Amino acid sequence: MIDGILGFAVLLVKIAVVLGILLLLAAYLVWMERKLLGRFQVRLGPNRAGIFGLLQPIADALKMVTKEDIVPDQADRLLFLLAPAVVTATALLMFAVVPFGPDLTLMGKIVPMVVSDINVGLLFVFAMSSLGVYGVALGGWASNSKYSLLGGIRGAAQMISYELALGLSLVPVVMLSGSFSLVEIVRAQARIPFVLIQPVSFIIFIIAAMAESKRIPFDLPEAENELGAGYSTEYSGMRFGMFFIGEYVHIQVLGALVAVFFLSGWRGPVLPGPVWLLIKMLAVAMVMIWIRATLPRFRYDQLMEIGWKVLIPVSLINIVATGALMMLF
Amino acid sequence: MTIYSAIFYLLAALIIATTALAITRRNLVHAVVYLVISFFGSALLFFLLGAPFLAALEVIIYAGAIMVLFLFIVMMLRIEESKRRIFPLSQWIPAAVLCVIYLGMLAVILSGIEGDMRLETAVAVPAAFSMWIFRHGWLAVEIASLILLVALIGALHIGRRPAAADKKEAQ
Repeated sequence: MIDGILGFAVLLVKIAVVLGILLLLAAYLVWMERKLLGRFQVRLGPNRAGIFGLLQPIADALKMVTKEDIVPDQADRLLFLLAPAVVTATALLMFAVVPFGPDLTLMGKIVPMVVSDINVGLLFVFAMSSLGVYGVALGGWASNSKYSLLGGIRGAAQMISYELALGLSLVPVVMLSGSFSLVEIVRAQARIPFVLIQPVSFIIFIIAAMAESKRIPFDLPEAENELGAGYSTEYSGMRFGMFFIGEYVHIQVLGALVAVFFLSGWRGPVLPGPVWLLIKMLAVAMVMIWIRATLPRFRYDQLMEIGWKVLIPVSLINIVATGALMMLF
Repeated sequence: MTIYSAIFYLLAALIIATTALAITRRNLVHAVVYLVISFFGSALLFFLLGAPFLAALEVIIYAGAIMVLFLFIVMMLRIEESKRRIFPLSQWIPAAVLCVIYLGMLAVILSGIEGDMRLETAVAVPAAFSMWIFRHGWLAVEIASLILLVALIGALHIGRRPAAADKKEAQ
């Protein structure tokens, strides 16, 4: 009984720490993105609030919270209020299966450094990712506005298309590690990270992950110049903030997943596990920001063509090739 | 009552309630949302019964893929809310027949030896599950994939524009 209560307490602490870090980091990822985008475009970026504009995220958060929360007259109230929460919650939940360090021994008990190591961890990530579509689609529909609806439909179409490539690109990783558990996948990369064995999977996964998080060059659901802000057009205040935070949490989670699947997770010399995971995560996020600053937005037909005619066939060939090589050696 | 059976009854109530709501809603988007919650509840039930693999597949395929397509179509078509009766009288008879058959089957199963059997709790490991299904159910898997392939080819054929229309657009 005591063990059960202690275990529950440890679990709660882990959840609190992970949520706290994810949300805090989401705010500072926005700051990092604005600062980097500024530099890419030969300007300074935010520099008024605090040194280097470090207090900017706090100022932004205060602004969001104090703004009026408007629900449009003709909107479907319940779904309208619920949609941003779905986006943020599914993004946060995905992190539950990401391991962030080697097992810790605390008072003679082994404490695994992961919120929950279920034997279908990878599928759990996909389940959450596929539920995240509802936030976008329902948010767009419930607003009862043409721009929002178009944004929602585009978002749903895009996320369904790229989910397939995302899933198929990970099949070779599962084949090599022999498990769906993220802890096992990190363990399988003790000698050599999978990016060196599966570079094709790595590239497909990164492209699909960028499309899943709906960022430039894949930001058609919120294309500013044609749709206002797409599915989030009618949202204001902290509900808009939720969509925003959801996007940045998503970037972090995808960064962490890239690290776990291809860059050997928390493994690394000298520094402790969580620090390595953080470094890898931020490195992936930085590459995403860099790509955002470099590329223009895709056209809709290009987006669909890349997803269905390039990424999916290539990942299927990659699976067959991996299987053939595993049979031979 | 253990905590597990409490969770079981809670989930069962949730599933029945949301399913009932799903089939009585006039607004199709609401119906889809309730059905998604119902599928999610079933997934949690699978998880509770020690089948995390099935639970994950239930969410990914039913809640995450099929229902998103439903929602997509409903959003695209902007279907007017229908004014007709929700359960037309002509549907009552087949529904009643199915109910009787189902209840009969349930009674037969429960009155047999299996009705009193207590099953051991087992957690299905994905690898063991796949081994079993590809060893014992390979024919069913192949038939299912063949049907899906046929559907795929059919969809491609219907979706394809006639060659003449393509040419006209190119000019």
